[in-house]
Amino acid sequence: MATTTAATAPKYWNGGKSPFNVEYGKLMMWYFLMSDAFTFGSFLIAYGTTRFATNGWPNPNEVFSSYPFKPEGSAPAPLIFVSIMTFILIISSVTMVLAVHAGHKMDKKNVVKYLILTILGGLAFLSCQAWEWNHLFHEGAWWGRNPFPNADGTISTTNFTNFFFTITGFHGFHVFSGVIINIIMLIMTLGNSFERKGHYLMIEKAGLYWHFVDLVWVFVFTCFYLI
Amino acid sequence: MEQAPAHIVHEPHPEGGGVREIWKVTIILTVLTLIELALGFSMIGMTNVTTKHFIKGVILILMMAKAFYIVGYFMHLKHEVRNLIMTIVVPLILFVWFIIAFLSDGNSYNNLRNRYNPEYKERTSQQAPPREEPKPSPEKQ
Repeated sequence: MATTTAATAPKYWNGGKSPFNVEYGKLMMWYFLMSDAFTFGSFLIAYGTTRFATNGWPNPNEVFSSYPFKPEGSAPAPLIFVSIMTFILIISSVTMVLAVHAGHKMDKKNVVKYLILTILGGLAFLSCQAWEWNHLFHEGAWWGRNPFPNADGTISTTNFTNFFFTITGFHGFHVFSGVIINIIMLIMTLGNSFERKGHYLMIEKAGLYWHFVDLVWVFVFTCFYLI
Repeated sequence: MEQAPAHIVHEPHPEGGGVREIWKVTIILTVLTLIELALGFSMIGMTNVTTKHFIKGVILILMMAKAFYIVGYFMHLKHEVRNLIMTIVVPLILFVWFIIAFLSDGNSYNNLRNRYNPEYKERTSQQAPPREEPKPSPEKQ
């Protein structure tokens, strides 16, 4: 059952060919990402279940309403800072796609350029997340400590902050490891490892991981900030 | 380690749409995100719970559309061999059951708890004391 674009379809399962037409490492990266998707999915569904099982919950637009250098006493600014974080990550995903694309054309200069931009995007995102954590910490929030009342004014549960810090922490850790991997890719590219091999396939695998990180953020940001 | 063994042959890999496609998908993702944010903003201060639930449903659908574009084009899955796509997508269908079952379970737990545990219902109806200004440094960990 192969995709056919010409009159003679390649017979993938008769031996001598890679049936999925991808190299081993790439396929295994996909399956690792599947397992990671189930991990994050479990976390987010646990969050949803807990929220559905709880009588009250803080209003995210009241909790997450600040940004760096916000003037004292100015109006609350919900969704602004997290939108910036989301765009940073999406753009870093785009630069990663462009890096992979340059790799297909064996264009080392552009691979380096786009990898650097992706790394900078990842670092910017991590800085924003660190600021957000620090800001909430100074408002009195942490694992086991929730200073925010529910939307209807009742006393809230520490599940709110526990889930927030755990899930964004897990995601932030993935962003951090993704940045490290991208830095290693950059060093390998600059050292001409891929020119010697004749292909930039490792950049593609790192790209898959980076897009996965962006994808998880899409889900995390929607669940915690939007709905 | 990641070089294919010499006797396995790879068909020429389709590249997809090139740079134009990348920018097209970027625009689509940006527009979807902006719509999601606009919907999120519109919910601020809204009291009608039914409308809020409807808007949340729309946001979830937009989120799934974004996931489709990121996985299909940025991660290149759309251009892969069909059987590979299936090995990824079919297990993820499990999520549909996963989400429905667990959210409905949580909801049922809430209903039962409110009905049979008067102490819980009363405790969670207590108004929180007004928040004082956050202290300059929180108490010891």
